[in-house]
Amino acid sequence: MPRVTFPHVAESYRSFKMLMEDLGNEVILPPRPSKHTLDLGVRYAPEFACFPVKILLGTYLETCPKGVELIVTSGGVGPCRAGHYAQLHKKILHSLGYPVDIVVFEPPRLYPLDFLHNIQRLNPRRMSYRAIYECVRRAWRKLQALDNVEKLTHKVRPKETIRGATTRTYRRVLEWIDRAYSLVEIEEAERSALEELQKVPQDPNRDVLRVGIVGEVYVLLEPASNLEIEETLGNLGVEVERSLFLTGWTRDNTWAETTEGLTVKEAAMPYLPELLGGHGRDSIGNTVLYAKRGFDGVIQLAPFTCIPEIVARTILPRVSEEHNIPVLTFFLDEQTGKAGMTTRLEAFVDLMRRKKAARRPA
Amino acid sequence: MKAYLGIDVGSVSTNIVILSEAGEVLTGLYLRTRGRPIEAIQSGLKAARESLKPDVEIAGVGTTGSGRYLAGVMVGADVIKNEITAHAVAACMLVPDVQTVLEIGGQDSKIIILRDGVVVDFAMNTVCAAGTGSFLDQQAARLNIPIEQFGELALQSTNPVRIAGRCTVFAESDMIHKQQMGHALPDIINGLCEALVRNYLNNVGKGKEILPPVVFQGGVAANIGIKAAFERALGMPVLVPEHHKIMGAIGAAQLAAEKVAGTGQTGFKGFGITELPYHTRSFECDGCPNACEIAEIYEEDKVIGRWGARCPRWDVI
Repeated sequence: MPRVTFPHVAESYRSFKMLMEDLGNEVILPPRPSKHTLDLGVRYAPEFACFPVKILLGTYLETCPKGVELIVTSGGVGPCRAGHYAQLHKKILHSLGYPVDIVVFEPPRLYPLDFLHNIQRLNPRRMSYRAIYECVRRAWRKLQALDNVEKLTHKVRPKETIRGATTRTYRRVLEWIDRAYSLVEIEEAERSALEELQKVPQDPNRDVLRVGIVGEVYVLLEPASNLEIEETLGNLGVEVERSLFLTGWTRDNTWAETTEGLTVKEAAMPYLPELLGGHGRDSIGNTVLYAKRGFDGVIQLAPFTCIPEIVARTILPRVSEEHNIPVLTFFLDEQTGKAGMTTRLEAFVDLMRRKKAARRPA
Repeated sequence: MKAYLGIDVGSVSTNIVILSEAGEVLTGLYLRTRGRPIEAIQSGLKAARESLKPDVEIAGVGTTGSGRYLAGVMVGADVIKNEITAHAVAACMLVPDVQTVLEIGGQDSKIIILRDGVVVDFAMNTVCAAGTGSFLDQQAARLNIPIEQFGELALQSTNPVRIAGRCTVFAESDMIHKQQMGHALPDIINGLCEALVRNYLNNVGKGKEILPPVVFQGGVAANIGIKAAFERALGMPVLVPEHHKIMGAIGAAQLAAEKVAGTGQTGFKGFGITELPYHTRSFECDGCPNACEIAEIYEEDKVIGRWGARCPRWDVI
């Protein structure tokens, strides 16, 4: 059985693990990125590379010594250097003496043959396409369940009456979904997980602010890379809505673009008619949409040196002014000190609260 | 008579203010933190107590600055607020129609945009432009010029010299090159002031609408060279309030007054804490792979505060 690993993206590993095992691979689970991961990544990655490259490299360097033969990752669309990073990782890993190969999934609607070829490489059991489809369907359903449960924590956390109760319950119910295997089981686990989260004691009258989160996909999805910003905001009484979830991102990049994806594109049009790679255009489009939906503010998360997000960052002040919505940007790098981020978040929350109070009729 | 205590613990200075109910500064202390915030807070409070008239009673206390949590648990603060809010509140008290606040401290640089007395936007240095105050301090020491005279020297400049201001490491090496070329010191210092202002406006003030009245505060506002460079760059007058160095503490005291007005009681532990022994200890949490470094502060033998955790595990004290 080929030994396979993949990047750690929040809780999604639970679904990928199941899929890879179903296809007949042995999975070496990537650990949650930690200080150690970061140390490894920073030591062996080029200094000017962006933060996700460093974390991913660190993750691979933690799993490769366990005998990984194949790394599965995604490619990049448009002129963002992330598209080259899989090859860069491969070269660095080879130079360090790990004979691994990398399977890079590009959007199938752009490279259909490549996609099928990749599937076959991960299919040592030589299962039929129909059987593979069934496995993918179950993994997809599990991924959706994971996303749905996480979305609910964003709503519950700012209203919880016992601090940390949401996070504790979330950790527990994730295991239920993890253990579910068949479609029926997954749906059942999702349902009970959602119910259990709703049972967390909440204060329905608390004045909760709503903040949209935009930015680059990896730092948005992996809490270890963004200093758990969503949890921090939740504890400050802010309900967050993340513009990106793995399921949404995958849908936009597999068969056809979704209406959501197209709406974001359209919203960004007056400011940035070009695709500049990464999620620069989405950051702008989503900010416009959050403003239109009456959100109190938007936070942009960007890896340090990420060109698409830098371009978006320079345009966002205009969006912020024209749509009357405060926008705060965080450039993330290997820093682990959270105090600076907390100060900025507190000030941002203060600003939004005062603004909201000023708007409300006396 | 009731009064309110404000404490701003920053990287370079620890400031303590006692504010009367009318908003007057009864006592304003500016002390060097010297990397030892606990000692700075204790000696500052001692000095503050000595300056007080006997009929004054502390009715509320607020803390701000990067050491706000530490100071907060030590004194029993009624409010622990971040620097942005504290500075904005203080600027509004002194210049009620202020629309822009430029604040440069030891470590952080900030810009706060207010409209009709409400903060509508703010920014803090992200990557470069951090440590402007500390850098000026260090350069003054390197050139053996008292920091107080640094700005005056800049004003004597007759011939502009351009210094690279993107980051302070570049700025320092550029300054040294210009010195070796034989440029006059006032010209180089003026060039440095302009570089820091350029960097601030490009980095922190980027995309913000700077409207007058502009208030410039923080330790660096004492530097008239930087003030003059701001006025040239913005093309408008820049106000430096009398208490520019201790505005954060003034804001914290004012916020405490507002908070106490609602609750009617204070958590202030009294000036007795200046006599108590405090110490901190840290350890690595082994609960998950994050391996957070948890710091604990002890008052005598009792833990009064903990920070550094990424999860609520250590929150309960």
